[in-house]
Formats: sequence, C-alpha cells, structure tokens
Amino acid sequence: MNALVNLAKLFKFNGGVHPPQHKQASTTQPIRVLQANLPLVLPLRQHVGNIPHLRVQVGEHVLKGQLLAEAEGGISAAIHAPTSGTITAIQDALIPHPSGLPDRCVTLQPDGLDEWTALTPIDWQHMEKRAVVASLRQSGIVGLGGAAFPTHIKLRSDGRSGIHTLVINAAECEPYITCDDMVMRERAADILRGIAITQHLLGAERCLIGIEDNKPEAAAALRAACHAADSSAQVIVVPTIYPSGDARRLIHVLTGLEIPSHQRSVDVGVQCFNVATVLAIYRYMSFGEPALSRIVTVTGNVARPGNFEVPLGMPVSALLEAAGGVLEDTSEFIMGGPMMGFSLPSPEVPVTKATNCIIASTPSLFPPAAPAMPCIRCARCADACPVSLQPQELYWFAKSDNFDKARDYKLFDCIECGCCSYVCPSNIPLVQYYRYAKSEIIAQDRAKEAANLARERNDFRLMRIEREKQERALKHAQKAAGAKAEASKIEPGKAEPSKAESGVQHAADPAVNVAASPASAQAEAAKKAAIAAAIARAKAQKAAQAAQNTAAVTPAVAAEMAAIDARRAEAAARAANINKDDVAEAAAATHVADQDSTTSPASAQTVSSVAPNSKEPS
Amino acid sequence: MLTALLVMVGLALLLGLVLGYSALKFKVEGDPLVARIDAILPQTQCGQCGYPGCKPYATAIANGEADINQCPPGGDAGVHALADLLGVEYKPLNAEHGVPKPKSVAVIDEQTCIGCTLCIQACPVDAILGAAKHMHTIIAAECTGCELCLAPCPVDCISMQPLAETPDNWKWRYPVFPIKPVQATLEKAA
Ligand code: SF4
Ligand code: SF4
Ligand code: SF4
Ligand code: SF4
Repeated sequence: MNALVNLAKLFKFNGGVHPPQHKQASTTQPIRVLQANLPLVLPLRQHVGNIPHLRVQVGEHVLKGQLLAEAEGGISAAIHAPTSGTITAIQDALIPHPSGLPDRCVTLQPDGLDEWTALTPIDWQHMEKRAVVASLRQSGIVGLGGAAFPTHIKLRSDGRSGIHTLVINAAECEPYITCDDMVMRERAADILRGIAITQHLLGAERCLIGIEDNKPEAAAALRAACHAADSSAQVIVVPTIYPSGDARRLIHVLTGLEIPSHQRSVDVGVQCFNVATVLAIYRYMSFGEPALSRIVTVTGNVARPGNFEVPLGMPVSALLEAAGGVLEDTSEFIMGGPMMGFSLPSPEVPVTKATNCIIASTPSLFPPAAPAMPCIRCARCADACPVSLQPQELYWFAKSDNFDKARDYKLFDCIECGCCSYVCPSNIPLVQYYRYAKSEIIAQDRAKEAANLARERNDFRLMRIEREKQERALKHAQKAAGAKAEASKIEPGKAEPSKAESGVQHAADPAVNVAASPASAQAEAAKKAAIAAAIARAKAQKAAQAAQNTAAVTPAVAAEMAAIDARRAEAAARAANINKDDVAEAAAATHVADQDSTTSPASAQTVSSVAPNSKEPS
Repeated sequence: MLTALLVMVGLALLLGLVLGYSALKFKVEGDPLVARIDAILPQTQCGQCGYPGCKPYATAIANGEADINQCPPGGDAGVHALADLLGVEYKPLNAEHGVPKPKSVAVIDEQTCIGCTLCIQACPVDAILGAAKHMHTIIAAECTGCELCLAPCPVDCISMQPLAETPDNWKWRYPVFPIKPVQATLEKAA
C-alpha cells in the first residue's frame, strides 16, 4: 500500500537549479545489449582508490568473468574479463580522464565465443555478513552513479554499523542522462532483490528509494515491483531539482538529516547506493557475475539516441556507431552530464565503470561560454549553492591562490555541481577555479607529506651517523687500551694487513672508516686501490660490451662514444682527486676535535657537502 | 601589618614555586622559530643554500646569518612563506644558489653500477639500497631529488629523471581564456 500513498514528508535543501532536461530523446527505445566484438581496452584505474594488482600476462587466454586484476590495499576494486579472449597487450593507452593522459590498460582481443568461467553464487542469506561483504571485494563492483567508489567499502559494517536507513539513489538529476531511468523501467524486480540483499547486509530497518518526478514510468515500475515482492521499501517521488541526485542532498530531502561537513552519511545512520549498483550486487550474489558491463546513455547529436548495455572496455566510438553514428557538426564528446561531465580526449577511449553517459556535443547544443566578466558580488551563486557555501568568496580565494583561506571557507565541501557557474550573471567558470584550487591544495599536501618523510629520514640518518661515531670512538678507546696492554707481546705490524683487508671489504661500512686515525693510511691506500680496480673492471666490462655491439658504427656515433668515454675518464680522475683530498682532509679532521669526522674517506660527497659548512661557523 | 607582610611574602613564594615548576614542567623543547622555518623548507636536503641541510639553513636564518632567498627547491612560494613568517620583505631567489627545477628522482643504471657504495653515503635520506660490490638501486618514493649522489659516482651511472605527469598527480589548470578570433577569420574558417 505504501506504494500508492506517498505520505512521507519531504525536506528541501538550499539552492539548486532547473537546467533543461533533454531526457526524452534517449528513453524512446529499450536498452540494447552490445556484444564485445572489438578489442576491449580495460584501464586499471576505473575507480576511486588504489590501482589493482595485475594477475594476467600478455598472450594468456581468459574466460568471461575471469579475474584480470585483484583489488590492492584498503580502497580498491578488482577488474574482470568482460568476454573470453586473449590478452594482447598491457600498456599505456588513453583513458577517459579530464587530463587526457594515458594510463596502464589491459587489451583483450575477444574470441567471439563469450565463454564463461565457472561462477560461484554467494549464499548471502545463510553466510556470515562479514564473509559476504568480504567476497564482494572480488566482485569489482563500484558505485555506478559515476563516482566509482568501491562498493564493498560502503557495505563494510564490522558488525556494529548502527545504520537504520538505506537510501537508494534513483534521482538521476543531471540532464541528458537516462541510464538509471531505463534500468528501473526494465529491471525493477531485480533491483528490488538487490535492495533486499543490501538492506540485509547493512542491517537497515527501512529503505527509501528517492526518484525525481520526471520519471513517472520508472517510479510506477518500481512501485509495482515493490508490491509484487511485498517489499517494505518506500518509493518516494521527489521534486526535480538539480542536484538532488547528490547523495547528501538526497538523504537530506528524504530524511531531513543534514550530514555535518566532517562526517559521512554512516555517522548519522544512513547509507546510500545507486540503483544500478544494487542491481550489480544482486547479479553478483545470485549468479556470481562480477562487474563486466554497464548501461551507458548515448545521446546528443547522434542519429538514434538510447541506452546500451556495454561490455567494459568497449571504445566510445563503437558505442556512437551503435547509436546510429554521430551527425554533422559534432565538435566534441562529453562523458557524464553537461553540468559535471568533461570533454573526452578522443572518441577512441574505452567505456569504464564510471561512464554513465556520452553526449555528442555541437556548438549549438552547448554554445561556447560567453566571456567572463568581473564578479559583481550579486550572491546569486550563494543562493544556488546546494552545500550553502559562499561561491563568490571561494572564487576570490581560488583566483588569487589564497588556498588556506579557500580551505577555511570549506572548498573541499564543494561537490563541483556547477550550480554557481550556471546562475552566475558574469559567466564566471567558477567550478574551474575550484577544481584548480583543489588540485593545487592536494598537491601541496602531498609535497608536505613527502617533506615530513624526508625530514624524518634525514634526522634518523644524522642520528645514526652520530651513534656510529660514538661507537667508533668507544671501540678506538678500547683498542688503544688493549693495544697498550698487548704491546709487549704482539708486534703492531702484524695486525695491519688484516685490518686493511677488512677495510677493503667493508668500504661501505662507515664503522670501518677509521680515516680519522693517521695510522690507517695503509687501509686507505688499499681501499683506493680496490676502488680503482673496480672502476677499471667496470670499464673493461663496458669496453667488452662495446666491442660486441660497436663493430660497425658510423663515424658520428663513434665520435659521440669517444666524447662519452672522455667524460667518464674525467669523472674517474675527479673521483680519484677527491679521494686524495679526502685523505688530507681526514688527517686534518683529527685535529679539529668537534669537526664532523664521519666525513668518510670513501665518500667524496660527504666531504663536498661538509666543506661549505666548515667555513660557516667560524 | 606583620600578618599582611607575611601573607604577601607567602603568596610571592607560592607563586614563585608554581612558576618555577611550570617553567621546568612545560619547557618548550628546541627553538620553535627554527622548527617553524624548517617546516616551510622543502626538505630536499640538497645543500644548495650553502648549508649541509634544511635544518642548518633554518637555524642560520633564525640566527640572522643567512638570507631567506637561498633555497631553490622551495621556489618563490617558499621565499614568500618565509617572508610572511619572519615579517621581512620578499626578495627574489638568489640565482647564485641555483634555479628551481622540476621535481626529479635519481635513477641508477644498474648495468653500469660497480657497487662502490659512494652514493649511499651521499644520500641525505637513505633512499639508496645496495651493498658493497653489488648493484645499487634508488627507492623512488623516498628520493628527494637532491642530486647529491650524482657527483660521487665514479662511473657516472646515476641520472636525474623528471617525474612524469600521470592521471594520478595531474592537476587542473588555472582557467585561462583564449583571446577570441575576430569575426572575419571565423567566417573564413567556416
Ligand atoms: S553569481 Fe557570479 S557575479 Fe554573482 S556573486 Fe557569484 S560569482 Fe559574483
Ligand atoms: S559547484 Fe560548489 S560552490 Fe558551486 S554551487 Fe556547487 S557546491 Fe556550491
Ligand atoms: S637549498 Fe636544499 S638543503 Fe637548503 S633549505 Fe633548500 S632544500 Fe634544504
Ligand atoms: S656511486 Fe655509482 S657505481 Fe657506486 S654504488 Fe652508487 S651507483 Fe653504483
């Protein structure tokens, strides 16, 4: 009955905008399933988190559903073969990413048989919840709404989650995108089964399905399915307003709970999943099917817009072909919606788990932005911001590289929804500034982390050198005492050669660098001889190599080789010189009591780095 | 009169004890100014500033012995941060100490390495791994790009390789607006 009467009280978030929907074009036809007949290119980076660990090699034959790469570390997702075939390459290729940079991809040449590997359905009703969620780690399922966050992390409750509400995100608020809409119309029953599994795993008492009122068919289908399955899930129709499909916004609309900026939705007892994601969970649990395909909307300037079930890794160009081909005037391809999407570097990039929509754009569909004018501080952006930020202030700080201030004004709470840019009368591309500032801040934070690590390691090294120095001093004192005692019995000359030898063997070990004592001049000489011999050996080795592969070289190459050899010889000479200086320096060091005598004779560098310092304190 | 005096003396003694105790108990370790300057420095530990590391340079700045514009890896942003912290005028980087370079890591040509261990001793952050007479290699994640291992290598088998841009470390660019071509050229193009 709940399906018919929608009594739930709805809440409203701040701001939001009403961009034109353009959703009808792609909902006229049912979802078409595309077969993998072209080489599939599977980027390893398809989700938020660590790159998964490759488990296959070039030339290997794989079956459909076989694991190609395994989740690595905490947040990561596995990747499976979307069809059977042969791995033909593991190399860098263009991926759908705003940077347009290539990244590591696996190329799979389908054999056309589409032969499944053995699948193991999960008995989720009878297994321990923790084991079920752990098994999801192998499923490769990530949030299919576009964020691509690994699903098993969101389900991980550690047995004491306290989650009372499961929110199913069916809002699909962004213009043009209709993949969730079509899935709900056609596969509502399976979605309900997926909801039952998810609700069971989370231990949530109630489930709210939030759907915008521009999708009446989908809402009706879901209600009918709820009725048929006798499910307690409530289908709640919410007003169409962008961006109600943002998880925090939808949770606010449905439950009235506002999640504090430093907390996550689980902290207030709510977890949110996309409809397509719960469908994928159902397919994995019931049939053992990992994430192999997804539904993608192809729309915009194409002949027959629609939704397609596409094997992951399929090139976008093949998808556009299936949609009747692109029409004249198409200038670029947008992945995602017009508000939050980005322009693809090439139509040859593959479909990934995050590809929810491809729009063939023309200058008339998306006219180039009018030139940006100065901000007039009208605060329309602040009125539109669904997160209740102050976009005009953020813009000011981001523009002037005032990153600390931008952070103080909660730049990282910005969901980059684009509402502010949409309403700005001065046409300022505000979100671009926020993205710029965010990535600068992230880079700064990483640099800071690296600097802290370097400081720690440097401090430790200095501490170690100091400790070794003390240990050496102690050893010397003991040895001196011992030598005095034994002076009458043993001739000192006998001990020398063995010491020199050990010095050669452990040239690396600063503990043996007894350069500070002039008595070890012999050890010094032996060490230098050993180094010289090693250099000579390396040279001989190189010469031997050269003899093999430089039998017939052009005069130009020969000249270049001669130049390189000359440089090497010079370097060797320099090193030898430094070594000589070194001995002098080390001898001098014995007289300067507080000077850093760790200046190891074998280390030309330490000397050079200490040298400027020795001038300094005087 | 006497009671009042005694009370005052007693109070003075008590407060003195409390102050003395807290001075010992809550003593600030080290020089906070040096630590704050050191926090700004990039910790490359390259010695280009003329000091054997970032900490000694920080100490020298704090003592007024060194200028704030001697650290090339810190770049202009570093000088600005130092100027802000110390309340002095910003001045451009002193080119005598070198120019900022893109961040690089050292790479050892493992075929050529003779295992002399000289580079290990040069590395300020112990980012080189190897043993005497064995091949050496660099732990890229810990290399600060200080270039100190280049000079000691007797066979010149260490080279610096700039860090490549990947989708992981890629940054959104500052928005720039191309100057629009005038109408006439647009028509010609169309
Ligand atoms: S809407 Fe645009 S012009 Fe108005 S305050 Fe915001 S940024 Fe400035
Ligand atoms: S892009 Fe950020 S600042 Fe602009 S409206 Fe959306 S959340 Fe607010
Ligand atoms: S120049 Fe090098 S050693 Fe000196 S402060 Fe800068 S990074 Fe540190
Ligand atoms: S200094 Fe050069 S030859 Fe010696 S161990 Fe290092 S890399 Fe190898």
